Amino acid sequence: MMQFEYKVEGGDFTNAGNASSEVKKILKKLNVSPKITRRVVVALYEAEVNIVAHAYRGDIIVEIDTEKIRIQLNDEGPGIDSIEQAMTEGFSTASEQVREMGFGAGMGLPNINRNADELNITSEIGKGTNLEIITYLNKEN
Amino acid sequence: MKIKDIIEKLELKVIGGEAGLENEISGAYTSDLLSDVMGNIDDGNVWITLQTHKNVMAIASLRESSAVILVKGLQPDVDMLEKANEEGIPVLGTELETFEISGKLYQLLNP
Repeated sequence: MMQFEYKVEGGDFTNAGNASSEVKKILKKLNVSPKITRRVVVALYEAEVNIVAHAYRGDIIVEIDTEKIRIQLNDEGPGIDSIEQAMTEGFSTASEQVREMGFGAGMGLPNINRNADELNITSEIGKGTNLEIITYLNKEN
Repeated sequence: MKIKDIIEKLELKVIGGEAGLENEISGAYTSDLLSDVMGNIDDGNVWITLQTHKNVMAIASLRESSAVILVKGLQPDVDMLEKANEEGIPVLGTELETFEISGKLYQLLNP
């Protein structure tokens, strides 16, 4: 099994997407299919931007084995009040500044859900949010 | 059709990312919401937008866009331009508004 770790700083939009970009390069090198790579990258990018837009800082741990890619994103931040509400298309708590950049349309978590084979979210108010995104490598079609 | 072909036919200005002028175009997508683009644009599409910050290039790179067209004479932020040059993804400029350039490109790609 291979493991990669990345750090994300809250508010640092300049570097948002760097982890996703690194993971994309790794998946390409490993000859993961373009379709699965796309799903992983879309889900990871949205999750990475969520940390930048909402949390103070976070860690991304990517584990790759022969059957799946497992990504954990653990952040220190305000947490999510209602995960059900956050999963609703169009619901967003993003700031005005974040919205002006074209983020915060309430599409991030739904995008992650659509592109993950498994998505697990736990969150504690005032502490932070943990995401687990699993993509299976043999689930082509 | 290649990026250099639409530059000529639509009188687009090349602002950066010259290394990608031979990129093949698979279609186009018009949107200013980044998550919408991330979730829905197809690989090889031209992306038409008014967003001018660096995150545009992050998405264009992750989704393998063939080029980004900035509308209404907008200029990219310095770090967006740097990233475009680094990634070799053309950033093109038009004085036209989003509706007009999208319509013209649509006609060109769907004769």
